[in-house]
Order: sequence, then C-alpha cells, then structure tokens
Amino acid sequence: MFDFLDGYDLLGAFWVTVKLTLYSAAGSLIWGTILAGMRVSPVPVMRVFSTAYVNVVRNTPLTIVLLFTSLGLNQTMGVKLFGGSSDDVNFQLAVLGLTLYTATFVCESLRAGINTVPVGQAEAARALGLSFTQVLTLVVLPQAFRAVVAPLANVLIALTKNSTIAAAISVAEASALMKTMMENETDSITLVFAVFAFGFIVLTLPVGLLLGWVSKRVAVKR
Amino acid sequence: MSEVSVTKDAVEKTGELVALTGVNKHFGALHVLQDVNLSIARGEVVVVIGPSGSGKSTLCRTINRLETIDAGTITIDGNPLPQEGRELARLRADVGMVFQSFNLFAHKTVLQNVMLGQLKVRKTDKKAAEEKARALLDRVGVGTQADKYPSQLSGGQQQRVAIARALAMDPKVMLFDEPTSALDPEMINEVLDVMQQLAREGMTMVVVTHEMGFARSAANRVVFMADGRILEEAPPEQFFSNPRSDRAKDFLSKILHH
Repeated sequence: MFDFLDGYDLLGAFWVTVKLTLYSAAGSLIWGTILAGMRVSPVPVMRVFSTAYVNVVRNTPLTIVLLFTSLGLNQTMGVKLFGGSSDDVNFQLAVLGLTLYTATFVCESLRAGINTVPVGQAEAARALGLSFTQVLTLVVLPQAFRAVVAPLANVLIALTKNSTIAAAISVAEASALMKTMMENETDSITLVFAVFAFGFIVLTLPVGLLLGWVSKRVAVKR
Repeated sequence: MSEVSVTKDAVEKTGELVALTGVNKHFGALHVLQDVNLSIARGEVVVVIGPSGSGKSTLCRTINRLETIDAGTITIDGNPLPQEGRELARLRADVGMVFQSFNLFAHKTVLQNVMLGQLKVRKTDKKAAEEKARALLDRVGVGTQADKYPSQLSGGQQQRVAIARALAMDPKVMLFDEPTSALDPEMINEVLDVMQQLAREGMTMVVVTHEMGFARSAANRVVFMADGRILEEAPPEQFFSNPRSDRAKDFLSKILHH
C-alpha cells in the first residue's frame, strides 16, 4: 500500500523541516526577546523601532518575507550569510526569513507575559538598585516567559508548519518533497497528503503536549 | 516603651540624611504633594500618618524616585536625586524599601531574594552573599524558610523577608510604605517587632503606617499629612496627647476611640 514511498527520502525531507524549525525557533526566541525588551524600554527610539518592526513584519505574508530574503537580500544585494552551496545559502535565508517573521509573534506573546508580572516586582527590583536591563533580565522576563510557555508553544507549532513556505525559495524540506511526489505518484495523491499531514502531526503534537506540561511546571505561584 | 526611648536617644543623631524642599507633585488634576518640606536626621525614625489619600505613600515613594516630582528638591546624604539611569540606581541601592504588598520576587526562593541585590548590585561574591542572607533571615526569624518560594510563606513571613532583602544592601535609610497594611492582624506584630529592633539599632527610617502603637513607641517624630500637606510634626507623646491642628484631632478621634 505504501509502495509509492519507495525511492523518496521522506525522513531526510522531514529532517530538513526539523532543522529549519529548530534554527528558526532559536533565532526568533532571541530576536523576539530583544524586540520585547525594546518595546518596554525607557528609550523612545527603541520603542518606536520595535513597534514599527512588529507591526510591519507581522502583517506581511510570510511568502513575501521569504521571497524578499532570497530575491532581495541574496540575489539583488548579494547577501550570502554563512555561504556554502546554493542549497546551504537558501536554507540559511529561509531560517533568516522565518526568524524575522516569527520573532514578531514571540515578541507579542512575551509582551503579554510581561503584562502579567505585577508592577511591584519591577519596583522592588528598581528599589534594590538594579539597572533597567537587570530588572528586565533578572526579574521581569523570567516571570514573563513562565507565563507564556503555552502561547509560545502555539508560535512554535505555527512556525513548524510555516516552514513549508521555505519550499518557495527551493529549500528541500518536507512540502517540497510532497510537491514532487504529487507530480509523480498521481494514483496515490490522497495518501501522499495523508502521509505528510501525519508527518507534521508527529512533529507538532508532542511539542504542544510537552510545552503544555512544562507550562504547568514552571508557572509562577503568587 | 521607656526602655526603647532610652536606647533610641543613645543613638547619635547627627546631620541631615534626607531632605525634601518645596516638593510638589500632581497626578493629573490632583495635587498630591503640596510644598512639602521634610528633613530627616541620621538615625531618626520618622513615622508618617494621615488619612488615606493624604499623599503619605507618594511622599515615601518620591524619596527613592519611584515617583517623580514636579517641583522642589530631594537630597539624600547631601546629593540631589539624579535622573533615571546608573546614578539613580546607585542611590537606590543605598535606600532600602519595604512595600505594602511585599513584592518578593515570585520566581526566586527566599534566599535568592535576599542575595540578588548583593550579587548583582554590590557584586559581593556568592559565598559571602549567602552567609549574609542567611544571617539576616535568621535575624528576622525566617531562617528556616530560606529555600521556600515566597508564595509558600505567610504574609508576615514574606514581609520580614522583604525587610531582610532591603537590609542586605546595607542601606543608609529604610523606607516603609504601609508595611503592615496587607497583613492579617495576628501577623502585624511579628513585622513591627523587627522594625522596632531596627529602630533601636539606630537605622534611619521613614515609616508610613496606620499602626499608632508603633508610632508611639518607636518614632522620634510623627509627621501628620492630610490633603497633600504636612500639617503637623511633633514627637509622638506630644502629637498623640496634644495635637494642634483640627484635622489631626479629627483623625485621631476616629482611629483611637473604638
């Protein structure tokens, strides 16, 4: 029944999806945290930049963001990132695009998390003589993160599925393989769909369950 | 009480530590602090009382610039309060603050709460910071709770940890913003006892409170505020037995006669 799978590197394609997701998740967590920090910073320029960035990028279709990294940054401006073969560069560009885009959602989740931290926490930290950055990194953000594990799980799941758009800039991840298989295995199209849908569920379901559990474990008790 | 005042007087009160001159502040249309002048000497315990909304908490919070002021000057140890930034952070490290709602860091253990400022602001090494934190926790009577999280402690215990956290910075002055107002009655005394002890040891303290017993026994001076103004300043015996202003008489009659 699953003969149509012969000759395709299904695991390899999903492995690329996993790598895309992990690198982009790490990147967007870092960039999103920085954006959230800027969003609440006392420096107006930072607040304005972060707000504008989040609103522009969040509302731009991911396809456009990814095509921009490839056609704009790479082909027009000659940005090579870490270099390597054209496959490598495309992969890196996809990670960059996914990071730039997903960071806006991380930022907004975190900002909601920051709002759950009582003002008194930051006041007590300031009263001890901690600087703004210290107040943020030692007191506010650790509590904000714990409050938004579940929403961040949603962002991560969305990111996993969004990584399929990297196919648009020739990254050989799962959905790129699916497209090839659909062209070649016309008799089993429904099954092809089912296999890939199942593959993504296998990737995302444990993430949701795991982070749901983590969310309860790390919740700050007040 | 007499014993308290004897020891208190033994502490030398030299020089002005905190000075507020012509301080004004508005919250929108509300003029919460109106031309407030207040001078606090080293080693002095000043208790600020007054009806709610009189601006006493705001006054307390302006001293470490958690509230900014619109006009006037505030100096601590001769230095005017700096603008927001590194200078201000340095100054705040010398001014301990205890809040009505404790505000212990909810994601850190009691011990970590008392160590944080030492490690990150004073740059004390970890071992010394922990030793000091444990000693302070013992001193306020919560040494056995060091590894618990704030939410596992009673209000009174949390507030004593908050006092230890402030003391860990070796502050020049301690600000108490209604430290017992959020506590169940049976826990108020355990916090007041710690504060009494601090006062006896010569800590400079500004205490906003409704605890008249504490004001009587521990204060060198009572400051009575109403409607954003300081209406009366007097030693506690004098203030409680013979208030001069009508507002103070009215206030005292409401809180003392039932």
